[in-house]
Amino acid sequence: MPTNQIYLLFSGVLLALGLAAFFMARARASRLRENGMAMYAQPDQYAWFSVLTTAGPAVLVGALGAFVMLLIGAEIPTLYLLGASLVVATIGLLVGLMQVRPTFHARQAIEVVIRAVLATAAMVSIVTTLGILLSIVFEALRFFQMQSFWEFITGTTWAPGDSFLAAAGRADEGASAAQFGSVPLFAGTFIITLIAMLVAIPIGLLAAIYMAEFAPTRVRTLAKPVLEVLAGIPTVVYGFFAAITVAPVIVDVAGFFGLDASFNNALAPGIVMGIMIIPFISSLSDDVINAVPDSMRQGSLALGMTKAETITSVVLPAAIPGIISASLLAVSRALGETMIVVMAAGMRPNLTANPLEDMTTVTVRIVAALTGDQEFESAETLSAFALGLVLFVVTLTLNMVSVIMIRRFREKYRANDL
Amino acid sequence: MSQSFDEITAQLKRRHRKSARLKWVSMSALILAAAFLVVFISDMLIKGLPAFQQAQIQVEVTYSEQSQQMPPAAVNEDVRRLVSRGFLRTLPRAMKQNPELMGTTRMEWVLADSSVDQYLKGNHSGLKESQRTVVDKLAEQGRAELKFNTRFFTSGDSKMPELAGIAAAAMGTVMTMIVTMLVCFPIGVMTAIYLEEFATDNWLTQTIEININNLAAVPSILFGLLGLAIYINFFGVPRSTPIVGGLTLALMTLPVIIIATRTALRSVPDTIRQAAFGVGCSRWQVVRDHVLPVSLPGILTGSIIGLAQAMGETAPLIIIGMVAFIPDVSASFTDASTVMPAQIFTWAGEPDRAFVEKTAGGILVLLAVLISLNATAVWLRKKFERRW
Repeated sequence: MPTNQIYLLFSGVLLALGLAAFFMARARASRLRENGMAMYAQPDQYAWFSVLTTAGPAVLVGALGAFVMLLIGAEIPTLYLLGASLVVATIGLLVGLMQVRPTFHARQAIEVVIRAVLATAAMVSIVTTLGILLSIVFEALRFFQMQSFWEFITGTTWAPGDSFLAAAGRADEGASAAQFGSVPLFAGTFIITLIAMLVAIPIGLLAAIYMAEFAPTRVRTLAKPVLEVLAGIPTVVYGFFAAITVAPVIVDVAGFFGLDASFNNALAPGIVMGIMIIPFISSLSDDVINAVPDSMRQGSLALGMTKAETITSVVLPAAIPGIISASLLAVSRALGETMIVVMAAGMRPNLTANPLEDMTTVTVRIVAALTGDQEFESAETLSAFALGLVLFVVTLTLNMVSVIMIRRFREKYRANDL
Repeated sequence: MSQSFDEITAQLKRRHRKSARLKWVSMSALILAAAFLVVFISDMLIKGLPAFQQAQIQVEVTYSEQSQQMPPAAVNEDVRRLVSRGFLRTLPRAMKQNPELMGTTRMEWVLADSSVDQYLKGNHSGLKESQRTVVDKLAEQGRAELKFNTRFFTSGDSKMPELAGIAAAAMGTVMTMIVTMLVCFPIGVMTAIYLEEFATDNWLTQTIEININNLAAVPSILFGLLGLAIYINFFGVPRSTPIVGGLTLALMTLPVIIIATRTALRSVPDTIRQAAFGVGCSRWQVVRDHVLPVSLPGILTGSIIGLAQAMGETAPLIIIGMVAFIPDVSASFTDASTVMPAQIFTWAGEPDRAFVEKTAGGILVLLAVLISLNATAVWLRKKFERRW
């Protein structure tokens, strides 16, 4: 019998058992109640409880079996596993029916089960974080067994070139040894992020100031969706825009000034990334500025300060922790941004401070390492995980600091809706 | 030292001018952002709209034994290079299916080569001088025209620009999104219900909350690393398929849905819960019968926004190999597949100039879908918004 049919049959039988549990338990409970017995729960609740005792353990057994097979590699024939599961279901059905007693709190029992299910769902987020951490750390450790950690952190040459030969056990044939010095990648990432921030923070912050302090309601309701559209554009589209439209313009402008710019210059992805981040900064700063209590503005205006003076010397200083927090989140976004740099920045690791030259970033090298046709075991592929680990640690730290800053702001001004 | 009234008035004027300046500067920042959006959209429209048109030329097609063996022989030599090779390739099969075609010669509108297409659109093309005169003559006789490009919406990827379409990628996106939503909608809503309605404030709850906030801020490419290391290498889920793509994106979308659902649940006033508890509901009954129905529009709005976000995501999908070359439309969860943004990425990397247009065309379609999704979300929120 093909596997699909077995699964179909299994689901059918389980469904039938569940339905049987529901109707039998309900009939039993109704009968008891008609006999004038006072019961703790409604017949429907007894019915649902029976369904739970029937299907729940059976599904658990199935899932557990599959998991054991996968983890330990033990071969449990599917037929036996599903058979065992159905046996458990039948036992569950009997237990459920036996529990249809006037003194049994079926509703509370259901409540306990539901609570457990919901809590399990909530655990998924923890498991995901652990999954990311473990997958990256394990592969990164394997990388550091092949390459020295110190070399990775301080080396200035990134040339994974011949590492696939080493992976194939033919290291001695390679012309040059692979080098994994990540400093040029970090430098490239830093410069592109810096350009993005130079675009995003002033424009985003000023736009937020305008929206929060000056704009009439009509402009506000119009401007917010416009900025949201900017935030909703997929990064791959921004990347295309940076590579096809912005980069040639920059080359032309640089040529006009007699400068030589690469078509993969760092300026194009930096500027476009900055534009992408504007709505992020403006909406967060807008919220923070709005959360500064009005009494502070009134106090300042009452002392005869002009609006601009109030904003620059009262509102903004009060909002600064929130603004810094928003900027840190934006930095963490820019560091992890992938598509724009993959499409518009260069592939060549280049240690330079000239934004008109091509340079590459951490995320570009991660993509390059994993889309090549190399063995998974090769040092180049594993280097992606080492870079990913660095990225994870840095963005995590930035997020943590940002959360602490915003919490401090919230406590100071009791702005609970932030 | 005291100041005269004149000095003070002058100072006051300066201060007010400064105030006005801040207003103008901050307004121009906003205008700059909006101007960028306008530039961006018009740039995409200029580049992408031509993709919805495709050149066709009317030529004599000869169905004979010879063209059965050697399809290029079916058309005259002077237009042989102007006709799409993709069209010529279909001739033998057409003759097999329709035997009465054999031995006839017909005037037919056929798909032109992409160089003709580019030439007619006024772009740089690879046509030779002599070929250009032929095309010009055809155009004069009304035998070379730009027509609506249905193929762009009905076929999969191709190395020949005139044959390439987004259908395979669109189907891949639909399949991937189905997996994503099936996984992350229930888990996300359940998590939010647990955190808002059931959980007490203890270290576990706090850990979960910190985790969710972190996940929301983790760079998307790291989810790709997770998908590669855990789903593909550990659990053995087939690479490049909608199922692994959907599962990866589900984890990424999870925080969006959780946060949106929590906000929606939180906006339900406590009086509703108290009333329900007052008539003897259990906690789950309160949630199921009273809190959830009221907050459903908010939950749906958040989910649609999360869906739109997942739909535009590319980086993690590249890592798990969803940039495959997919010429045929397939509706299977376990076949190699590609998605719209990945298709855009692939086309953007093609050296052929004609693909720039295809890329921008694909972008226009994707943006149209995303903007309508977001508009739906906004409309839902407006329609069902309740002030308590």
